[in-house]
Amino acid sequence: MAASSLVGASGFGNWARLAAQQSLTQDQLLQFDTYGNISLIHVTDIHAQLKPIYFREPSINLGVGGNKGQVPHITGADFRKAYGIADGSPSAYALTYDDFSSLAQQYGRVGGLDRVSTVINAIRADRPDALLLDGGDTWHGSMTCYKTEGQDMVNVMNALKPDAMTFHWEFTLGSERVNEIVEGLPFAALGQNIFDAEWDEPAELFKPYKFFERGGAKVAVIGQAFPYMPIANPGWMFPEYSFGIRDENMQDMVDEVRAAGADVVVLLSHNGFDVDKKMAGKVSGLDVILSGHTHDALPEPVQVGQTFIIASGSNGKFVSRIDLDVRDGKMMGLRHKLIPIFSDVIAPDPMITKLIDEQRAPFKGELEEVIGKTDSLLYRRGNFNGTWDDLICDALLSERDADIAMSPGVRWGPSILPGQDITREDIFNVTSMSYGEAYRTEMTGEFIKVVLEDVGDNLFNPDPYYQQGGDMVRVGGLGFKMDISKPQGARISEMTLLKTGEAIDAAKSYVVAGWASVNEGTEGPKIWDVVESHIRKQGTVTVAPNTSVKVVGA
Amino acid sequence: MEFTRRDTLAMGLGAAVLSMVPFRASAAVDAAVEAFTGGADMAATGIELTAPEIAENGNTVPIAVNAPGATAIMVLAAGNPTPGVVTFKFGPLAGSQSASTRIRLAGTQDVVAIAKMADGSFARAASTVKVTIGGCGG
Repeated sequence: MAASSLVGASGFGNWARLAAQQSLTQDQLLQFDTYGNISLIHVTDIHAQLKPIYFREPSINLGVGGNKGQVPHITGADFRKAYGIADGSPSAYALTYDDFSSLAQQYGRVGGLDRVSTVINAIRADRPDALLLDGGDTWHGSMTCYKTEGQDMVNVMNALKPDAMTFHWEFTLGSERVNEIVEGLPFAALGQNIFDAEWDEPAELFKPYKFFERGGAKVAVIGQAFPYMPIANPGWMFPEYSFGIRDENMQDMVDEVRAAGADVVVLLSHNGFDVDKKMAGKVSGLDVILSGHTHDALPEPVQVGQTFIIASGSNGKFVSRIDLDVRDGKMMGLRHKLIPIFSDVIAPDPMITKLIDEQRAPFKGELEEVIGKTDSLLYRRGNFNGTWDDLICDALLSERDADIAMSPGVRWGPSILPGQDITREDIFNVTSMSYGEAYRTEMTGEFIKVVLEDVGDNLFNPDPYYQQGGDMVRVGGLGFKMDISKPQGARISEMTLLKTGEAIDAAKSYVVAGWASVNEGTEGPKIWDVVESHIRKQGTVTVAPNTSVKVVGA
Repeated sequence: MEFTRRDTLAMGLGAAVLSMVPFRASAAVDAAVEAFTGGADMAATGIELTAPEIAENGNTVPIAVNAPGATAIMVLAAGNPTPGVVTFKFGPLAGSQSASTRIRLAGTQDVVAIAKMADGSFARAASTVKVTIGGCGG
C-alpha cells in the first residue's frame, strides 16, 4: 500500500468553519460524514473528571531532538497558525492557552462524562458497532475516585460500555485492588507490555490484544500500558508487575495478529506522543495508534510511514471519532474528528448524569465546601510551572516551614478561573493520589541538582524512549537556569535560594518539602490538607508571575 | 524522587554516580573485547540484544541475547566497576543460540553483547540502559 493511496481526511476543516461563524450547536460538533466500514471512539486520560471542568492547555511544551518544533510541541499562536484556527474562536479556546480566562467565560466548561456519553451515543446511532477504546488514566484524579478506590469511575465507565482499555495510574490503586477490578471488568483489559515481574513473562490477567469482527473485517486492538510505571510511580504498590516499552514484543504481537487474519491493527497506547511516534517508525504493521499519556489534543492525525497517530487530549475535554475503510485485508482510508466536549453545547445524557450524581452523593458536602477564592487563573500545564503548582509550592513552604518546595510535574488537574471559589473538590482534582503524603526532609545542594538533572532528562532526553512523559518537577523557593539542549548533568545551572538570593551550596543542607514520593514509608500530612490549610489562611489567593526558571536551548 | 531522610542519605551516596552519566567504556572493557575477538572487526548485524531503555530496578535488569549460528556470546556492562558479566557458550547440539539473565548495573551505561560465530567472525550489539531515581512522571 503506497502512502499516497491512503486518504487521510480529517473533520477539522469543518470545525474551523463553524468557529468562524461564531455559532456552535451540538449537531455541528457531532457532524460527521460516516465513512468506510469501521468506527473507533477514543477517550483517554480522563483522570476521574466526571463533571464539566475548565482545562487550560499549556503555553510551554518544548520538543527536543527530532521533535523540536514538531506537533504536539507547538502552542498558542503557532498552534493556531499550524491548524488555521482563528483567534478567539471555540477551537482557540479548546486547543490553545491565550486569553483563557475571558474565552472560558464565553464558551464555558468542557467535558463531563454525561456529555461524553451523548457523543458516544450519537456515533453509535451512525454506526451501532463502533468500538469504544479507553486509553487509561481513568481510575485516578478526584476525591470521589480516591475515596472509592476507583469504583465511581468503574461504575460510570461501565455504563458507557467500552470495548477495551489500557492502563497507567490505575496501578497506583495497588495491585490487589487493580486485580479485583480487572477480574470483574465487562470489557478487555489490554497491555502487551504488562509482564509478571518475577518470571518476565506476559501477565495472565492482561491480554496483549483482542480481536473484534466489525464491518466485515477483523480488527485487532493491541494494548500498550504506560512503560515506566514502576519508575514514575511507586513500584512497591504493584511489585508483581513489570512494564517497559518492549517494542520487539510489540512487533511479535503485530505479526501474530496479522498471521491470525487481522485486516486492520489498532494500538491503544499509553506511551505518550513522542514514544508513539518513534514506535510507529520501528514497529511495522500498525495502522492506527490511539495515543494517550502526554495529554496532547491534536485536531489532525500525525502520519508516520503507514501509521496514523491520533491524540485525544485529557480530563474528558475531547472525544475522537475515527472512521476506517478496511477492505481486502488493508486499511484504505481514514476520516477523523477531534470533538471538543463543550458542556454548554452538548446535552448531558440524563441516565449518566444520574449515575454520576449517585457516585458523588455520599461525599457531596465534603466536595462542595468552599475553602477560599482565587484572584488568579489557576492551571497546571506547562513544562516548568503552572499557577496551581506555584500555589502548592507556596503552601509547602509556609505550612511545612521549608527552604525549598518540590511538586511533581504531572499533567492532570483542571483549571480555576479568576474570581471563582476554590472548593475542596478543586484541591483534590490537582492533588489526589494514593501516595499524597507531604514529606519534609533535608537535601544537600548537590543532591537537589541531581534531582533536577534526573527529572530534566526524563523530559528532555533527545531519544523519546528515554522520556517518561511528565513535565519538569516544579520548585518553590529555588531559582535555576536550564539548558534543555545539553545532556544530563549539564542542563541545570545558577541554582539560587530565592529567600536569600544566595547561590545554592553543593555541600550545604536545605530543608525541602514536597509530595508524591515514590518511596515506601514516606510520612507526612496529606498534600490536599496542606493546601487546604494554606488557602484557608489566605482567604483569597493571588499567584504572582513565576520567573524563577530560566530556560535556554529551546 | 527519594524522600525519607534515610533514603535521602542513601541516595546522597549514589549522587556522584548518577551525575556522571553515561559511564564511558573503561580500559577493562577494551581489554575484555580484545581478549574475546583478538581485535577482529565486528559486524553490526547478526546479534540481537534485548534490554529495557530505563531499568525498573538497577539491581536486577533483565536482558536477553540471540545470535543464530553463534558459538559464544559475551555480555559486558560497560560502566560497572567490573564490566564482565557472562560468556554463554553454545555447543554444536544447541537448539538455539539465545540466553537471558538478569544483571546488576551501577548506573546509566551501555550493555554490550558480542557474538562469536561458527566461521570465526564477530557481531556486536549495544544498548544504553538508564538507571534513574525516577518519581516525577505523570
